[in-house]
Amino acid sequence: MSKYKMHLLVCGGTGCHASASNQLLENLKKEVADKDLSGEVQVISTGCFGFCEKGPIVKIIPDNTFYTEVKPEDAPDIVAEHVIKGRQVKRLLYKDPVRKEVISDSRDMGFYKKQLRIALRNCGFINPENIDEYIAADGYEALGNVLADMTPEEATKVVMDSGLRGRGGGGFPTGLKWDIARKVEADQKYVVCNADEGDPGAFMDRSILEGDPHSVIEAMAINGYCIGADKGLVYIRAEYPLAIDRLKTALGQAREYGLLGEDILGTGFNFDIEIRYGAGAFVCGEETALIHSMEGHRGEPTFKPPFPAQSGYLGKPTNVNNVETFANIPVIYNKGAEWYASIGTEKSKGTKVFALAGKINNVGLIEVPMGTTLREVIFEIGGGIKNGKKFKAVQTGGPSGGCLTEKHLDTPIDFDNLLASGSMMGSGGMIVMDEDDCMVSVARFYLDFTVEESCGKCTPCRVGNKRLYELLDLISKGNGTHAELDKLRNLSEVIKDTSLCGLGQTSPNPVLSTMDNFWDEYLSHVDDQRCPAGQCKELIRYEVVEENCVGCTACARNCPVNCISGERKEVHFIEQSLCIKCGACFEKCKFNAISVS
Amino acid sequence: MAKVKSLADLKKMKEQLQSSISLREKSEHPEGMVQVKVAMATCGIASGAKDVMEFFTGNLEKRNVEAIVTQTGCMGYCYAEPTVEVKLPGQDPVVYGFVDVKKADEIIEKYIKQGELVDGIIPVNYETIDNK
Repeated sequence: MSKYKMHLLVCGGTGCHASASNQLLENLKKEVADKDLSGEVQVISTGCFGFCEKGPIVKIIPDNTFYTEVKPEDAPDIVAEHVIKGRQVKRLLYKDPVRKEVISDSRDMGFYKKQLRIALRNCGFINPENIDEYIAADGYEALGNVLADMTPEEATKVVMDSGLRGRGGGGFPTGLKWDIARKVEADQKYVVCNADEGDPGAFMDRSILEGDPHSVIEAMAINGYCIGADKGLVYIRAEYPLAIDRLKTALGQAREYGLLGEDILGTGFNFDIEIRYGAGAFVCGEETALIHSMEGHRGEPTFKPPFPAQSGYLGKPTNVNNVETFANIPVIYNKGAEWYASIGTEKSKGTKVFALAGKINNVGLIEVPMGTTLREVIFEIGGGIKNGKKFKAVQTGGPSGGCLTEKHLDTPIDFDNLLASGSMMGSGGMIVMDEDDCMVSVARFYLDFTVEESCGKCTPCRVGNKRLYELLDLISKGNGTHAELDKLRNLSEVIKDTSLCGLGQTSPNPVLSTMDNFWDEYLSHVDDQRCPAGQCKELIRYEVVEENCVGCTACARNCPVNCISGERKEVHFIEQSLCIKCGACFEKCKFNAISVS
Repeated sequence: MAKVKSLADLKKMKEQLQSSISLREKSEHPEGMVQVKVAMATCGIASGAKDVMEFFTGNLEKRNVEAIVTQTGCMGYCYAEPTVEVKLPGQDPVVYGFVDVKKADEIIEKYIKQGELVDGIIPVNYETIDNK
């Protein structure tokens, strides 16, 4: 086996790379070779440690020493002191900003305790197509214990005590929802799992179903026992073929083991699950629309009350929860409601999965306790903004949410704080934007989505959102006036107040929050016909900076519409009437001779 | 497979499964077995995890390495897909990112056969519920 006694791990993530970690890597390798240690010490580069603010990072194995802000010049010290003499280089150790202590062992760093995986506990650990691995990881034990030792009322109380709130968007207390459905008397009740994940940029439900389908099945069975339902339905969009396959496999295995079907674990409790496919309509994430779609009707919402808990699928009491909510359930029983309630903030318990996307280095799925700040999520776990650009905003809650800015970075994330900041939790998509993103275009993008996805049943949503889109389009083309800005705000308020379902009631949020936080940007578009981020094509001009142009012809060769003229070694010229503002010349010019204005 | 008839049955089964998984590591093969997990969620597959999985299953046997290759879900490092976790007997698991066939070859030859770490490790940055 390994002949190496020590490994020096150098972070090769984008952030550290930008601060010369590759030079550091080379220096360390050279230093190790010079001291004749190549046979004993191995220097390798790793992926992102997610600690980019303090990069470059060097971690030493086996003693887990964690050095931060290491410069290429520090290589001799690390090798001479740490590697040869076994003494840590104190000045490079990480200082805890709160406790002011020097921490040498990375396992003691608060940073590595930022993520806690509850809903994602098995994703990436077990084989999702093998029920044995799930059982070995405490699987179906919660169901077994509930069926053996608890009455439905007691079992429901566990979820109520845990403080779990719905992870699909609204944040309604899950235990209370179960209790309402439990108390309604009926000959037939249903449990529905909402796997119609529709927010652009959110993919946690898909990942859970692909990585740990049994946890959802187990939770649905527990839910069935609590409310008195013997039938469960998973409503999943047909665009998730792999999730559907894995879920089907898991259902088959659970039936084979008798964990679904009749007389489960000899307790006389019956429960089985069917899959229903959705065609991927955003509005079908709304529970009444979802139920109509499952019944074979058009996916349109209806007025609540009656709530699904009273009259849902086929007119019977139905409890609808989202995938991530269900994935939390088995852990709550196994570890106890008190344990779960000890994590998170006062009113939002547990953890939340976020899908990081956009201009962020570490695109991916993360799970953090409620109350973690946006700064921790974006700059520490997410590794900061791509290409060293400046952070501008983060869009949470999808088309129903809003944009949060720099001033919100230190707000602890929970259901209520996000609402108070003018956004919402939603399903947990986080789209990060940098200085190159135009907020008017962002609002227009979301409205475009809403217009497409509106079911058309109520007028405010069907007509109102279309008008909002047109107003935004007008402004982004530089044709807006202050009257349009006023209209935009008024119409937004009206749509929010008068729409039938959650889709329309929240669709103006991207407009309102960008107007609140980036009013200057709207004014530039209207007053100066200028787009500060240089995104709105109608408002920008590409021009040749004569002093810088050397006549290399790169712009002219790359222009797709041949609107750039000029001889070799002479200043070029862009014919504005033909320019389509694709930006190809700007990207190709090596001499900063193309300006955007 | 027989049905699980009671909670006691389930618990017995869990113990057996847990011990059979650790047996697989310890007593059956004294030198232990290498465990390779390939993240095969949509994000992984889209970035080529299938080829990597096939490469591991095909080549480990050919090169006389006793190993178990399994698939798993998304580890969350979508920016670094395909990701592969390798657990050598008696050691902490190591996750590698951006694994293509070439990288997989390097992992087999260097890490699995000789225990030398290979460039491209993704450091673990979360806690599990077991430690909490």
